[in-house]
Amino acid sequence: MSLLEVRGLSKSFRGLKALREVDITVDEGQILGIIGANGAGKTTLFNCIMGAFAPDTGTVTLEGVDVTGVATHKLAKLGMVRTFQLMRPFHTMTVLENVSIAVMSRSGSSERSARADAIEAITKTGLTEWAHHESGQLPAAVQKRLELARALAMRPRILLLDEVLAGLVPSERTPVLELLESLRTNEGVTMIFIEHIMAAVRRLSDSVVMMDQGAVLATGEVDTVLSNPHVIEAYLGKEYSNA
Amino acid sequence: MSVSTASRRAQTSASEVSLATPFLEVNPRRPFPAEYVILGVILLAGAALPFMLPPAEMAVAMRVLIFALMGIGWNIMSGFGGMFSFGHAAYFGIGGYTSAFLLIEFGVSPWIGMVLGMIVAVIAAVGISFLAFRYKLEGAYYAMSTFAFAEMLRLFVSGNDALNRTVGFTVPVISESSWVMFQFDAGSPNYYFIGLAMVGIALLTSILFLRSRTGKFTLAVRDNDMAASALGINVLRYKLTAVALSAAITASAGVLYLQYYMFLDPDLAFGAHVSNNAIITTVVGGAGTIFGPIVGAIVMAPLSDLVAAFLRNPPEQLSFLAGHGGLDLVLYAVILIAFVILLPKGIYGSIRNWRKKK
Repeated sequence: MSLLEVRGLSKSFRGLKALREVDITVDEGQILGIIGANGAGKTTLFNCIMGAFAPDTGTVTLEGVDVTGVATHKLAKLGMVRTFQLMRPFHTMTVLENVSIAVMSRSGSSERSARADAIEAITKTGLTEWAHHESGQLPAAVQKRLELARALAMRPRILLLDEVLAGLVPSERTPVLELLESLRTNEGVTMIFIEHIMAAVRRLSDSVVMMDQGAVLATGEVDTVLSNPHVIEAYLGKEYSNA
Repeated sequence: MSVSTASRRAQTSASEVSLATPFLEVNPRRPFPAEYVILGVILLAGAALPFMLPPAEMAVAMRVLIFALMGIGWNIMSGFGGMFSFGHAAYFGIGGYTSAFLLIEFGVSPWIGMVLGMIVAVIAAVGISFLAFRYKLEGAYYAMSTFAFAEMLRLFVSGNDALNRTVGFTVPVISESSWVMFQFDAGSPNYYFIGLAMVGIALLTSILFLRSRTGKFTLAVRDNDMAASALGINVLRYKLTAVALSAAITASAGVLYLQYYMFLDPDLAFGAHVSNNAIITTVVGGAGTIFGPIVGAIVMAPLSDLVAAFLRNPPEQLSFLAGHGGLDLVLYAVILIAFVILLPKGIYGSIRNWRKKK
């Protein structure tokens, strides 16, 4: 049985069809990349999976249990944790406090007891030097890593990453990619990640879903999808196929 | 030992030292929380005040306490919780009216009336807020819904026979001072000491709330509710907890007002100026800070008296101001706008930020 299955998910906003009969499947420990142009429906798909939007039709099942429309906070308690494309720090709190909130929520512990786990997540994401800085004042790249640190502190089973590399310079991307790889290898975390950086998609993904205008245009192994002529035409461009 | 090995070891120990600095200690020493010290100082200074102020000025001191209590209540919901309320008069009035009704109709002690008034206010606040959040009324829309709720209650009470319509309630005078009936001789400092104790309890509640898991999660929800939800925090629950606490404290202020002034009518209880006082007190002092409402009350309560006195008898050059009702509200609005522009974090909040930067 797959860990997460999305079947026939559709969502419209008045006349705009944001998702059309989307199907995706993720097995335990797998990393699934989602690619597609802006407006293809990738983030809407995350919002529907995570209960932020109620889908018009379709189902989301976690280990065979229907979790369609279940509230985000309940899904987080079940181990489904997401990050946001636009960073959402608790801006009046420091980095350490931000991550401590995640630990406190997961473990039910006090802030003091949460500190050790919070420090672990902060260290893993290379945020040690920023730990006592107010998060609202931080550069965007640091806030991106904070998103990841908070998500890690939740000890997720499934991690939904929305453009977690966006805004990072190449030298900053490598440690994040290594971290994600080690999460899969050492902790068996399943991941679905939306990404525009093809090198990262190639490096991390076991399989890829290409979305276009709310629908799945192609799905399968990375090389197969990225060499699909429809994908090249709709998203990657001819330069990519020539490269 | 070779030189290179020694130097590597030195580097290793240096990095270990840097990890062991207080920068990110797992179990840092906990400093004694400054909030409790400040609370103690406020209560001690407040307790000394009746022995220093002339009795005529105690009325102003009482206004400071009532303003402070209202501000502390509003601050929990709007400062810490981020849910801007324009209708705290509703909870102030519910507290006062519940106690007045029970006292006058059934002879119930105002202390019991206060507890019941707080419970009724909590039920009303949670009920109206649940509906508002359920139907996605947030930000300015939520603020307007709280204003409408308070106005609705004012109109309801004004037209209700059982609640004496626009006449309101006058607390019956008893022959002897009584702690049980919360009534003392005119000019007795007991009202002040009770008010001070209530402010102390409300401040302590604020401190404990902010230090608790519930308080931390409430701040997280205020800062970003979607992120909080994604971390497993039940946003609605923590919003409603802040609303309940806020309404209970504000309702207790209504009972303190009733017992001190011994009179309450729909305008005094549910009028828009009541909500304005709670907002302005907190914004001037520092919304979202524990002691901001105290600073705001110390500034605004005497100022409101001074303004009222000034407008009653303006100097000759400004005699055109005399007899124009509502000018005090205009002045309040100007003060509020000035603070929002010049000191958006209020007096206490700005001082705290300035000290942090130093």
